[in-house]
Amino acid sequence: MAEMHSTDHNPDLAPHFETIDQQRQSSRLGMWLFLVAEILFFGGLFCVYVIYRVNQPEVFTFGHQFLDKNLGTLNTLVLICSSLTMAWAVRAAQLRQRMILTLMLVLSFLLAGTFLGVQYVEYSHQRQNALLVASQLAPDADIPAEVQPEEAISASVEGAPDEAPLEAPMVEAVDPGVSMIAPAAAGPAGLATAADRLAAQAERDLVNVDPAGAKTFFSIYFLMAGLHGFQVLLGMIAMLWLLKLTFQGAFDGGHSIKVGNTALYWHVAVVIWIYMFLLMYLID
Amino acid sequence: MAEGHSAVVTPMSEGASGDNYLTTGKGVLSWLFTLDHKRISVMYMVAILSSFLFGGMFALLVRTEMLTPGATIMTADTFNKMFTLHGVVMIFLFIIPGIPAALGNFVLPLMLGAKDVALPRLNLLGFWCWLTGATVCMVSIVVGAVDTGWTFYAPYSTTTGTAVVSMTLGALILGFSSILTGLNFIVTIHTMRPEGMTWFKMPLFVWSLYSTAIIQVLATPVLGITLLLLIAERTLGVGIFDPALGGDPVLYQHFFWFYSHPAVYIMILPAMGIISELVSVFSGKHIFGYKFIAWSSVAIAVFSFLGWGHHMFTSGQSPLVNVIFSALVFGVAIPSSLMVFNWLATMYKGAISLAAPMLYVLAFLFLFSIGGLTGLFLGALSTNIHLHDTYFAVAHFHYLMFGGTVIAFLGGIHYWWPKMFGRMYSEFWARISAALIFVGFNLTFFTLFVMGSHGMPRRYYNYLEVFKPYQQASTVGSYLLGLGFMIMAYYLAQSLLKGEKAPENPWGGASLEWETASPPISRNFEHEMIGLDPYDINALELSSDSGSYIRKDPSSILLTQAGGE
Repeated sequence: MAEMHSTDHNPDLAPHFETIDQQRQSSRLGMWLFLVAEILFFGGLFCVYVIYRVNQPEVFTFGHQFLDKNLGTLNTLVLICSSLTMAWAVRAAQLRQRMILTLMLVLSFLLAGTFLGVQYVEYSHQRQNALLVASQLAPDADIPAEVQPEEAISASVEGAPDEAPLEAPMVEAVDPGVSMIAPAAAGPAGLATAADRLAAQAERDLVNVDPAGAKTFFSIYFLMAGLHGFQVLLGMIAMLWLLKLTFQGAFDGGHSIKVGNTALYWHVAVVIWIYMFLLMYLID
Repeated sequence: MAEGHSAVVTPMSEGASGDNYLTTGKGVLSWLFTLDHKRISVMYMVAILSSFLFGGMFALLVRTEMLTPGATIMTADTFNKMFTLHGVVMIFLFIIPGIPAALGNFVLPLMLGAKDVALPRLNLLGFWCWLTGATVCMVSIVVGAVDTGWTFYAPYSTTTGTAVVSMTLGALILGFSSILTGLNFIVTIHTMRPEGMTWFKMPLFVWSLYSTAIIQVLATPVLGITLLLLIAERTLGVGIFDPALGGDPVLYQHFFWFYSHPAVYIMILPAMGIISELVSVFSGKHIFGYKFIAWSSVAIAVFSFLGWGHHMFTSGQSPLVNVIFSALVFGVAIPSSLMVFNWLATMYKGAISLAAPMLYVLAFLFLFSIGGLTGLFLGALSTNIHLHDTYFAVAHFHYLMFGGTVIAFLGGIHYWWPKMFGRMYSEFWARISAALIFVGFNLTFFTLFVMGSHGMPRRYYNYLEVFKPYQQASTVGSYLLGLGFMIMAYYLAQSLLKGEKAPENPWGGASLEWETASPPISRNFEHEMIGLDPYDINALELSSDSGSYIRKDPSSILLTQAGGE
């Protein structure tokens, strides 16, 4: 899809196409198919989410409180703004406004960077979080052994690759028998639906959903967030590539398909995040 | 990348000088970085046939081990690795990319009268993905192989000490190669058809590639995420599939088969397309029931997504779900048998030529029917309980994958060989080898049907004395198969070196790939083509001086009729 050094009259037309329209159609259809494949890729994770949420709803109501809704909302707004700037960039490319195109690409890039930055802050915050740390730091507590390091590892590996490994000094501070988990707003409800049953259950179990169950929530969350973060990273690379092309004047002729395709890709990334936000942060 | 560009992009001056895609551009780099679909296809062909050689050697080792009960030539652990590697190499490296990437890549743009696929860079990227994935797989074979079976079922795959992570990573990367091929083909078929070629004037091979491509794009990402989850399970312990971590191993099976059931149609659909082309040409007749075959291939693609659950009849699925999946999987039999009857009807009262490609067609019809009908035994709930995980399932699968796909692939190779390399092969040896392969195959796998129905389980290292004659017959059959392939390798190599020069159209096919030189020039055609009926065999006649079939009205196929010589 990049530049072809053709001797043809139209420098944008690759030699194996007859018309520029055919080329544009191919390019656009290819992008849509790629996005379909990408959505199916994420679809597998959403499917895992649905199955585990239906089977263990209490784990999800329990787990979601440890996500920071404010940061999540902020990130959602940031991404929606970046969607706007990308759409504007497409418009600018079509109208051959090189300055506005450059501005919009830079803005989109910065917004995408902000998103990743906020994600990083949130994960570092979650590292302090009782749930993750409790299971991490109590290796020989009577919590089932398998709950141990995975969360933390997935937090650092999936979430923010450059995070330092978890420090150990808090070990002594934690009594493995006592959960450091803050009381849940609604409490673990199990399969109960009626409010009184819910309350009764919450009282019975106090706040102690088995952390072994909670790990499922965070496994799914971090896998999704990690993959989505990777997708955002690729989007940022694509934006840089577009900026380079813009400086070279590649869009001065109004041949804007590359901007359009990147924008499509970006919108899908934003939509996937919005679903994640709804399904992970706003559970009640 | 510069060399590759210039090889393709520089306006070509060949044709008159006798240059073709094989001779334009020299050196390894002009191949590795080419954007020419024909060169990429040849690279795929070499790569895929090498994988076939590997996978075949693993198979022969497995069969040799089964000569006697107990240890024959290897330990039980090695045996587990051997059949796993046979499966992984044959499925992910050979048969899934096989027909689409190697033959489809070559033929599709030619059949459309186009200069290339729509997205040549993605095509090359797909090949590089294949190479990377294959390298990762080979490395994992060296560092410890895998003993899970090619299905990587959890929880064994999450606990075994073998190289599951790198092997599944390899399969994941190969999956991207497959997605890119499929994506490219869909776009190509949508946007690169010539004037006059409406959807129902496309050759049926194109229809089958289109249906295949849909499955590749829609199903492969699910395999990707499944394998990624499996990798995460092993490296991070995320607890999605491993019951010890609160996961659900049957969920893995659902995920895996959601891809891998459609994947068997990724394997068989293009084979069906090849058969549709060959049966018409070698029967000297128009294809019978064109629209039925075209729609059947789409129907099979649709059905393919609805049958995954029949792999889990004995995994504790609810009986209701089992009944539904059983009914759905029977549905695939309808379009499949429609095709078989249409092929038979095409042959009916035709002037059948028994050239090597047609021998493969006949073998296909025979073996595919056996494979398909035994599939009904496995799809039926009651018989499935008895036959599940026995040699019967193995035999059924091989009748479809080898008897169906590989046989059609071989037919396709022999059919398009003169076009690809501009040389004829020894027809005599081709027939001998086809006969050997047919006999060897049946000896190898029909015995497996018998043993399976008597209860011999698959993947067992040891067996009862009563199975010994069957096991040994099967092993002898596999050696015959190997011999058949050795003969084929010999005469094909000989053809490349000093084969007789192939005419433009040695068989009398009416689709567009026969309207260019053998081998084709880099930009494929001298003139722009239009799409006519691709099965109008009667529009051609054999020219006695060139040995080639030529159009009775040569200008009828050209876009600008005045633009002829």
